[in-house]
Amino acid sequence: MPDAYKQQIKDTVGDPRLQIAIYNNTGRLVENRKSVVSTEALPGYQGLRDQGHAIKKHTLDHLDHYLELAEKNITARGGKVVYARDSAEACEWIAQLAEKRGVKLLVKSKSMTTEEIELNHALEKRGVEAVETDLGEYILQLNDEKPYHIIAPALHKTRFDVADIFERKLGGAREVVPEKQTQIARRVLREKFLAAGIGVTGANFVVADSGAVVVVENEGNARITSSAPKIHIAVAGLEKLIPRAQDLAVFLKLLARSATGQPLSVYTSFLSPPKRSNEQDGPEEFYLLFLDNGRTRLLADEGKRESLYCIRCGACLNHCPVYRKIGGHSYPWVYSGPIGAIITPQFMGLAKDPWLPYASSLCGACAEVCPVKIDIPKHLLTLRHEVTEMRTREGQNRLEKLAFRLWSYAMRHPRLYESLGKLAAGAAPNPANEAWIKKLPSLLHRGPVAAWLSERDLPPSPAKSFREQWRERQERRHNA
Amino acid sequence: MPEAREAILSAVRTALKRSKGQGIPQPPALDLSFIDTPVADRIAFFRAAIEKLGGTVSEVPGIAEARGRAVELIGARSTVCSSAAIVADCGFAPPAGDLREACASADCGITSADYALADTGSLVLFSSATEPRMVSLLPPCHIAIVPESVLLTSLEELFVREAMPAERSSAMVIITGPSRSADIEMILVRGVHGPGEVHVIFVAGH
Repeated sequence: MPDAYKQQIKDTVGDPRLQIAIYNNTGRLVENRKSVVSTEALPGYQGLRDQGHAIKKHTLDHLDHYLELAEKNITARGGKVVYARDSAEACEWIAQLAEKRGVKLLVKSKSMTTEEIELNHALEKRGVEAVETDLGEYILQLNDEKPYHIIAPALHKTRFDVADIFERKLGGAREVVPEKQTQIARRVLREKFLAAGIGVTGANFVVADSGAVVVVENEGNARITSSAPKIHIAVAGLEKLIPRAQDLAVFLKLLARSATGQPLSVYTSFLSPPKRSNEQDGPEEFYLLFLDNGRTRLLADEGKRESLYCIRCGACLNHCPVYRKIGGHSYPWVYSGPIGAIITPQFMGLAKDPWLPYASSLCGACAEVCPVKIDIPKHLLTLRHEVTEMRTREGQNRLEKLAFRLWSYAMRHPRLYESLGKLAAGAAPNPANEAWIKKLPSLLHRGPVAAWLSERDLPPSPAKSFREQWRERQERRHNA
Repeated sequence: MPEAREAILSAVRTALKRSKGQGIPQPPALDLSFIDTPVADRIAFFRAAIEKLGGTVSEVPGIAEARGRAVELIGARSTVCSSAAIVADCGFAPPAGDLREACASADCGITSADYALADTGSLVLFSSATEPRMVSLLPPCHIAIVPESVLLTSLEELFVREAMPAERSSAMVIITGPSRSADIEMILVRGVHGPGEVHVIFVAGH
């Protein structure tokens, strides 16, 4: 793991204010979810998860068909479908469209995919102002930060942080009450909405049979983004497709419940622009940009293909004991938590962040709450296996292999194991007051041993080993 | 980027070991069944759901009462109205000038709805010649005058009736309560970008 991440993790774990913020906010989301997926609240919940999984499996297994179907239907209504192989291609295309239409101001609603391609920075370089309009995203954009959480981007910020950021960036009187801070953002952003030439949204779903995108939100910013500007661009990963509008009866129920614990989000927009001739408002041009950026690579891996079923609800983050300690900024990419730990290495290549699949205790909570039943722990294990294979190929883990061979030999020879155990117990520092061992003698305290002990302490070695105690017990019984 | 399109589609086919134009099996069957409840129950469910979210519901026997209730809710505030039939019947007229300007400056937006969903307390609006997108969106208060007959039970019933929403309109929006955010410390704030107030008036016999 690079030192920068180690430091980030240390800083997060050592910051009591941040720890409370992460713990409370994810805890709140956990409780909210629990209340709406219970058997009393939604008797068919487990069946819905199976349905969601089956529909996503069907779609991804026949993705070429659904991509072409969506394209056909969007084109038939006067929209356009654009494909981009990577971030650079996606950003370049959007920047060029802005240039062609003479657009200098663009508004954006919350979208992880546009975070993924770092659209804002790319546009800024081309002289186009891109403004985030989701309240949390706006706060982070003012402070130049990455989202901390898939659905609650400013989860780590307190109202006092927000007051500081608004005061510094927007001027005006310092305001620490969230209602008033929200009104400030509403005022500033309303002007941007009405002046912007392009609105960029993500897409929670792309509906193939309708040629439509579905955007789910609570604030109304995605509705304005997709309604006020003359041009609407939706940026969607290839995996966002679903076959039919009717499938939404399954997915809308799963998404909001898993994300925020709402039976439905406040606004679900089912959009098939451009506006029809008889409609009074709405965009005149519509583009759906399909982004690959590593997705087809993952699609080819049948064993892990289901990683693409993710509907980005964030439930796995909220339930993950690792995420809840180290927070969203300790992960190397915009996707954090358990789902980030499996999709980042698969999108970006395993060699980039090989430590990431190890950022899990494999407790299984993520798989238990996943609304589309992605077996995240299984994929973490497969990825670990692949990391080891990669290292073996590169000859990086010769010492480790030797160590495990010796270990395996010792485990298969009980006498040897016992004498080695005695040796170790005798050699280990044995503090008189039974204190836990934090350090080994300097000769041994290095490499992986030192790394292991840096976060853990060893219990003092016991007076008698388990085997000795067992034999004594058996003898006592025998004599009795 | 035509070369990107070809590259991606071909990468997808290779990944899936499929050939161009190859057929597909039927997608998994859906269970869109719902329990049909009487109107009185639906209104009770709707009320329970939307009140939890901070919205209100009124039931009125006719057009005159609907107008009365709307006027009461509006108070001294300014309005912008859609030209939906039931809104016009109540005597509310759409703006004469620029629609967007009118929506951006009004305090209350008055619309009808194409459907309402009892289970979740939702309104369903299709953008159309009489129902623009902005009236229910830009003003801080949204008042919907809705014929009782369009109150459905659930999402399932909606998608049974409207299997292809895109054939009807460029935008179908399902509105479930007032605009809200919990982005700052998980503290619930209403009226972020959309209306912070949502009032629904169900008109009997319509």
